[in-house]
Amino acid sequence: MAEYLEPRILSAGDSAVIIEFGDSIDMKINARVQQLRQHIERGQFNGIVELVPTYRSLAVYFDPVVVEDVGLFFERLKKMAQNTKGEIIEGGLVIVIPACYGGEFGPDMQNVVEHTSLTEAEIVKRHTAVDYYCYMLGFTPGFAYLGGMDESLATPRLKEPRKVIPAGSVGIAGKQTGIYPIDSPGGWQLIGRTPLKLFDPEGEPPFLIDAGMWVHFRSIDSKEYEEIAAKVAAKKYKPEILTKSGDAK
Amino acid sequence: MIFEVSSPGLLTTVQDLGRWGYQGKGMPVAGAMDSQALKIGNILVGNEPKDAAFEITAMGPTLSVIEGEGLIAVTGAEINFTINKVEAPLWQSIRVQVGDTITLSTLKGHGCRAYLCVSGSIDVPVIMGSKSTYLRAKIGGLEGRALKAGDRIATGPLKPLTWLSADFTCPDHLRPKRDLGLPLRVVLGPQDEAFTENGLKTFLESEYTITNEADRMGYRLEGPVIEHKTGADIISDAIPLGTIQVPGHGKPICMLADRQTTGGYTKIAVLCTPDIATLAQRMPGQAVHFKAVSLAESIAAARKEREQIEKLLELRASYRSRRSPSQTKKLNKTFHWTLKVRDKSYDVVVEDLN
Repeated sequence: MAEYLEPRILSAGDSAVIIEFGDSIDMKINARVQQLRQHIERGQFNGIVELVPTYRSLAVYFDPVVVEDVGLFFERLKKMAQNTKGEIIEGGLVIVIPACYGGEFGPDMQNVVEHTSLTEAEIVKRHTAVDYYCYMLGFTPGFAYLGGMDESLATPRLKEPRKVIPAGSVGIAGKQTGIYPIDSPGGWQLIGRTPLKLFDPEGEPPFLIDAGMWVHFRSIDSKEYEEIAAKVAAKKYKPEILTKSGDAK
Repeated sequence: MIFEVSSPGLLTTVQDLGRWGYQGKGMPVAGAMDSQALKIGNILVGNEPKDAAFEITAMGPTLSVIEGEGLIAVTGAEINFTINKVEAPLWQSIRVQVGDTITLSTLKGHGCRAYLCVSGSIDVPVIMGSKSTYLRAKIGGLEGRALKAGDRIATGPLKPLTWLSADFTCPDHLRPKRDLGLPLRVVLGPQDEAFTENGLKTFLESEYTITNEADRMGYRLEGPVIEHKTGADIISDAIPLGTIQVPGHGKPICMLADRQTTGGYTKIAVLCTPDIATLAQRMPGQAVHFKAVSLAESIAAARKEREQIEKLLELRASYRSRRSPSQTKKLNKTFHWTLKVRDKSYDVVVEDLN
């Protein structure tokens, strides 16, 4: 259960197709996704509308009027996919995300405590101990899918997704962890909240996290949360960015 | 033209064909829920099919022309439409000028989303390649929000030959058929393998009802539970327009214009492109059922819909070329021809330089 022997071409309606490399969250598989994306962008393809890379697959949106022979088109994509190799990306930038855990900002902390049999303090300790790799953005503007969470924290999604989750909420879904950049519905278990804005259409740049970056959480109390929130509102907050070795940059 | 909004309607937003190209950054596409109706309306008023217009939901707005003149057309849902309190035809371009009051009120037949298209399109900023309003992130359109009373909205510059399109009507056979009772065509996948044989059978043979949780993002359906083999969670991947996902509760959710770009629930099927709008024109409480078709059939249906747009553009070109010179007062010293090259028609304007 990991990387497939052959990339799979999955039907996704008359205007999209999914090329899937495996069924696990793995940096080698993600490297193939990124490579295929680059190969297609450089190749001479007619009718491609856009490419959406995710953990282990690449979605190719196409125009069924411009693409005359879809069978041939899929064959070509498959050949390109076969010619990718997984190469692990090393180094990179680490962005520090301050987050206030539990309490009103983490309404599902108790679910995680019950599911993992860990104390709240231990959950926070493990959640802030590692650097998470950003595999992809998706779901809503600027939502970073992060890999590398301590597996002892894994908790399944809520069975009934919430209709509104506030921007900045930090959550766990299965083996994944992430931050909600805007108010939106969703099924993640919420354990905390950051005062930073992950997506700001007026910001420069509008997106705080980019694919290929690393993310590190720092636990803050509600007082510091308010202080940072005020700075963010006044556009005076500069996010802390380190290199992977830990030096400030 | 400049319009002033006296009542905004239930949910009236600026939409074009959507903000494509940024799904990789997590930016939803948005855009018209019934893109065929939007394209037709734009053609009627002399615009490009892809231009921005007002998308009206269930209860329409009242607006007045406070400056200039131009063409308007209403397409999509069957809605009560008056100009200066006199009933006006749908699917036809109509000339309006300063002092005219345009009212779109209640629905009177099938459909729940109408498009008010205006010549010159709507003059709002292009954000990331589109004028579409995406309400959840508050971007696009008018400050990222729906219309409200008191808004003043300007149209952009007119395209060549606009005035020659006055009174142009979309013939009945080129209007989308959104009849109730027709099954919605789907292509199974990408995760149809995650469902049991019974689950697939339930999905394709049952009637589902649109719940009150039906908006631009998606339609939640109520009906028999669709059985998964093991679970409903997958590693998050892309969600194409018209995807039908089935979370742990086993009820389908159809993902529409404002859908998130990626998600972690199993996707049983994707709606055939023309049937996305057929669903988007249905309302809470109405029934839907699904019919599996091959990818080739779905592509053929998508192409047929696009051909109808090409046919309407050709009709517009011949409509314009047949008009008498007295009707071309805005285009003095110009000649207009329709040229056919490789089966495509082009409007050509030739201006006398002397």
